[in-house]
Amino acid sequence: MTEFLAYAVERYTYWAYVALMLIGFYAMIAHGNLLKKLIGMNIFQTAIILFFLSISAKRGATLPIIPPEAGELVVAPPHFMNPLPHALMLTAIVVMVGTLGVALAVLIKIHRTYRTFEEDVILRQT
Amino acid sequence: MLLDHLPALLAVVPLVAALALPLAGAVRPRLVYPLAVGAGAVTAVLSLLTLERVLTRGVMRYHVGGWPPPWGIELVVDHLSAFVALTVSGLVALALLYAGPAVRSGTAGSPSPFFALALLYLASLMGIVVAGDLFNLFVFLEVASIASYALVASGGGRALMAAFRYILLGTVGASFYLLGVGHLYLLTGTLNMADLSQRLPELGASRVLLVAVGFLVIGLGIKMALVPLHGWLPDAYTYAPPAVTALIAPVTTKVAAYALARVLFSVLGAPAALAGIPLMSVLAWAGGAAILVGGVLAIRQNDLRRLLAYSSVSQVGYIALGIGLANRPALAGAYLHILNHAMMKGCLFFAAGAVAARLGGSALTDLRLMHRRMPVTTACIVVAALSMIGIPPAGGFFSKWYLLVGALEAGHTLLAGVIVGGGLLAAAYMFKVLEHACLARPDAAGHASDESPGGRAEAPAAMLIPLVALSVGIVAVGIWSAPIVSGVLWFAAAAGLE
Repeated sequence: MTEFLAYAVERYTYWAYVALMLIGFYAMIAHGNLLKKLIGMNIFQTAIILFFLSISAKRGATLPIIPPEAGELVVAPPHFMNPLPHALMLTAIVVMVGTLGVALAVLIKIHRTYRTFEEDVILRQT
Repeated sequence: MLLDHLPALLAVVPLVAALALPLAGAVRPRLVYPLAVGAGAVTAVLSLLTLERVLTRGVMRYHVGGWPPPWGIELVVDHLSAFVALTVSGLVALALLYAGPAVRSGTAGSPSPFFALALLYLASLMGIVVAGDLFNLFVFLEVASIASYALVASGGGRALMAAFRYILLGTVGASFYLLGVGHLYLLTGTLNMADLSQRLPELGASRVLLVAVGFLVIGLGIKMALVPLHGWLPDAYTYAPPAVTALIAPVTTKVAAYALARVLFSVLGAPAALAGIPLMSVLAWAGGAAILVGGVLAIRQNDLRRLLAYSSVSQVGYIALGIGLANRPALAGAYLHILNHAMMKGCLFFAAGAVAARLGGSALTDLRLMHRRMPVTTACIVVAALSMIGIPPAGGFFSKWYLLVGALEAGHTLLAGVIVGGGLLAAAYMFKVLEHACLARPDAAGHASDESPGGRAEAPAAMLIPLVALSVGIVAVGIWSAPIVSGVLWFAAAAGLE
């Protein structure tokens, strides 16, 4: 039991990502309000960012910037965080912003057409 | 030489055109349509050149910005990607030509946004096809999805809810895919497909790999609308403007199927079983289920476009089935079906759009006496229906034939039965369409006479030319299916199985 607890505590960011993902997923499924569904979708996406950033983190590591005075010094990977997941997530965030923007635009049009965000009310009107 | 940059040009040309189009539209609105069709045609010609080069000189590898992989971004064009690129760009170019009259009459939104989004969509599809690493594939997948969400939503009304549902499900699919990519990166430290395919076998099966593959397959399964993950498709295809459906329906699911094949064969090396889970068999059976479920649901529809949407669900099942069987004939059949289904679904949705424009709706009852008012369109529907059912010389017969050979070679007699049964279901729903289109039943309301059945009401040439071109293409692919398979697809199928 204590072993498992130590294991769980050591990887707490991964548990946080799973929890966030499930919260987002639950909101997308359970809420009847389209805006809340969209918020759920955004939480879901954010969880993935957290997952990728957890990959890159290392205990006691610093930013992956090699100072110019380091010269020809050998760079030891354990001393630096992995920059690649950060770079990937910058791109993924841009993609997510695009999705969110289109979704919000669609929601605005839905609200103009039906005057509500409640899914059951809208489905009754169509 | 410029031709050395072909893999990049495939995506860059439509992308630049998509960005330039609104500017050109602001100055000269008349230029938008010819520019868009021109950009689509240029992309199709470039794809043809790429295919020719791949056939004569082998696989093309392009290092973006001169950075070698695995540090830089690599674009790879092999037989499969060149084939899918030509299919996609050809279909989209025809759909752009087809969209002209609809956009001019205002049923597909204003010209500049529609064509800019369509070209952005084309650019990202080409990006998916040439991507040599998993993360770029994700980015292009999402750009393509964003463009198609916006295009579907441009229909207004019921299309809005369809688009919103599509956004939610599409995003979950893409997020799952990204999570799968993250797990593979966690495992190997690389995202380059060629690099991954070398490192993964050394590492062997593990729980992380299992999670990664699960996320990847489910994510791409949503994108390709594989039963039971097809929930977004019928509404999106039915309520989107006809010109938009004609653009996205032939290619969206096919490119996702390409991505699935790419991940399974070029990255994972087609594992027959993963930690005790028979992944490929599950996929094959899901494909079989899709064929039957989609076919049965299609028969029950009374709206032409909704019927065709469920037929898409059914036809995507064939592709998944072929990928799941994972032997050479089955894969060649699945890849040939990517082309065949793109062409017949394009043909049918082009026809549905022409019907909606001329006969006032896409309910099956609107088709009444169509064979007299729109004989050319009806003939095209018949050709596409033959292909859908699988009657030679239409192309559909040959892809199903290879699938059947593959199923029997793999010892799946039941799945072979499903392939044949799917053809019968297709016969049932396509004859339902043809019955309404061709068999004149002077109806109770007596509308037959005052509708001037003799009066021709064919769609304008810009809509008719792509339609006829596709139906000729369907037969041509059928007649020349042997060289296509032996010259291109046999290599494409083999590349995944080594």
